[in-house]
Amino acid sequence: MNLDPIAISATGLTRKFGSLIAVNNVDLEIPAGTIYGFLGPNGSGKSTTIRMLCGLLTPSAGAAMVLGMDSVRQSERLKQEIGYMTQRFALFEDLTVRENLQFISAVYALPRARRRSRVNQLLQEFNLMNQTGQRAGTLSGGQKQRLALAAATLHEPKILFLDEPTSAVDPQNRRDFWEKLFEMAQQGTTILVSTHYMDEAARCHRIAILDLGIKVADGSPKELGENIAYNVIEVVADNPNSARLSLAQNKSFTSITQLGVRLRVLIPKEIPDALEQVQLNLRQSQVSAQAEPVFPDLEDIFMAVTEERRRAEAA
Amino acid sequence: MNSLIRIFAVLRKEFLQLSRDRLTFGMIVGIPLLQLLMFGYAINTDVRNLTAAYADEANTHLSRQFISDIAASQVINLSQRVDTVQDLNRLMDAGVIAIGISVPEDFDRRVIARDRSAVQLLVDGTDPIILGVAQQLTALPIAFDSQTAAAPLRLIGVRNYYNPERRSAVNIVPGLVGVILTMTMVMFTAVAIVREKERGNMELLINTPIKTPELMLGKIIPYILIGLIQLVIILTMGRYFFEVPIRGSYAHVLAASLVFIAANLALGLLLSTVTKTQFQAMQMTFFFFLPSILLSGFMFPFDGMPVIAQNIAEVLPLTHFNRLIRGIILRGADITSMWNEMLAMIAFLAVTLTLAIARFSKRLD
Repeated sequence: MNLDPIAISATGLTRKFGSLIAVNNVDLEIPAGTIYGFLGPNGSGKSTTIRMLCGLLTPSAGAAMVLGMDSVRQSERLKQEIGYMTQRFALFEDLTVRENLQFISAVYALPRARRRSRVNQLLQEFNLMNQTGQRAGTLSGGQKQRLALAAATLHEPKILFLDEPTSAVDPQNRRDFWEKLFEMAQQGTTILVSTHYMDEAARCHRIAILDLGIKVADGSPKELGENIAYNVIEVVADNPNSARLSLAQNKSFTSITQLGVRLRVLIPKEIPDALEQVQLNLRQSQVSAQAEPVFPDLEDIFMAVTEERRRAEAA
Repeated sequence: MNSLIRIFAVLRKEFLQLSRDRLTFGMIVGIPLLQLLMFGYAINTDVRNLTAAYADEANTHLSRQFISDIAASQVINLSQRVDTVQDLNRLMDAGVIAIGISVPEDFDRRVIARDRSAVQLLVDGTDPIILGVAQQLTALPIAFDSQTAAAPLRLIGVRNYYNPERRSAVNIVPGLVGVILTMTMVMFTAVAIVREKERGNMELLINTPIKTPELMLGKIIPYILIGLIQLVIILTMGRYFFEVPIRGSYAHVLAASLVFIAANLALGLLLSTVTKTQFQAMQMTFFFFLPSILLSGFMFPFDGMPVIAQNIAEVLPLTHFNRLIRGIILRGADITSMWNEMLAMIAFLAVTLTLAIARFSKRLD
């Protein structure tokens, strides 16, 4: 068991591809035994950051310590201690489920007897007993994902990196998958998971929001909600379309997001009477709707922090 | 110990994958069979039955005798008779004939006087091999029965070593061993690694504790075996289809082939480190394969090539392997008498393998 309370720390982590800055000056501090989420849209630098932490990519600047080891200079020693589940299914599609796990167990040079028992244990644990002889290429999305997670955890790593692990999986499988992750975190594994699903990020103990390679916010979902510089007003209208058009006329409202019949309006905290302003706006346009202040959810937080950054850049 | 476990794991995986990849498996056996049959039967420098026509303007007893002698030689196939030399020229321009035989009106007189050549062969010299064949025809004796049979004494006699029947297959089959191995070995390894890059397997592999030489060894060993299978196929077929004898020792054939196979596999590994897609890997293979086949002495005698071409050829492992394998198989040579050829291949192997391992990075940058 790793006694160091900080599993991963990074300072000024930067990676350039030519003129593109994929990851820009990211600082991280990830406590051991937590599930830490990277939230961000495609191209925000989530995968690149994970690859740098695994030692697969050399940072252009900055450095990362993973389990007390330098991610560049000690990357080979580190590989025995970490597990990495790639975004794309990376196991061998022309090998069977069991053969794939056997291969991984030998590559990590587990003792012979341990190899057999560990493979069987994982097949049980990940509910793959009925697929042992099936070629990995013919598995369903959920089965592939379970196999990939089984392979990544086979050598009992202290840190698990998961790069968008649930992008090809149905909701039931996603829920089971997360239960699995909580179980592992309970047993002391540190899990770093990237996602662009808000609801997934909400399950993490802590998250970092990445946008265009910059870490724009981090903390627990609750902290992030408290710290944003916006109030969120939820509007429920019979005709949400006309409500949206009406609200859009007020330029001091930062953003309006429609969720079915509900609208979520972000209004900077400098404006003291946010709720009254919204109600006034709706009355003036003669739109019948109820408005009430709500606690920001992750989507609001995401909108807020990326918006803030764009403003800072424009200024 | 851990190294061995990992190498063995890669080995096992490669064999499992190979046994399930029917296309590759078919190519392992199919390529040698097809190429051997194609080259063995089609390439024939000992040409017979060249299309020819003749213009017999003398039309005497002797000229007719001469024409039937020449037809009996089977070197040419006299397809038609025309009236004049101009007609022969026309046929040759049109590409109908490769050789024209012109017998002039005063043929008999010329044979008796022996002051000028009695017959003219018109030869399509665009193909030097045809010219060589025509040369054989000039040795045909022409004389009246009554003339003293002054059998022309040849001052230079030729003795054909190793291949008295002048069969091309004897030269081609051992050469094909190297050609086929070059093509398949380089391509198989290059593609085998690039395929894993394309399919995303490589990102998983390089994130495990496996070391580069372990991965490379595990990848190479199955293909060495495949190379040996191909060697056996080619030599067995050569022995029983084309009657190419193996005069040297099997152990020497094996030793030379093993080094050659390893050299090509190392090159395949190197190519896989500079290419990103299977298509690029194929292109690079042919970029290397063509000069190999053309310059190595497989097609043309090495000594006839310009110095620059010879220098390039000396770098290619196929050049050295061709000398070795022809020496061992056809002349029964001892491998130790050709140690410098072995050394050249080993040097090539060492350089490419070092470069491949140095270039293969366990990183994605």
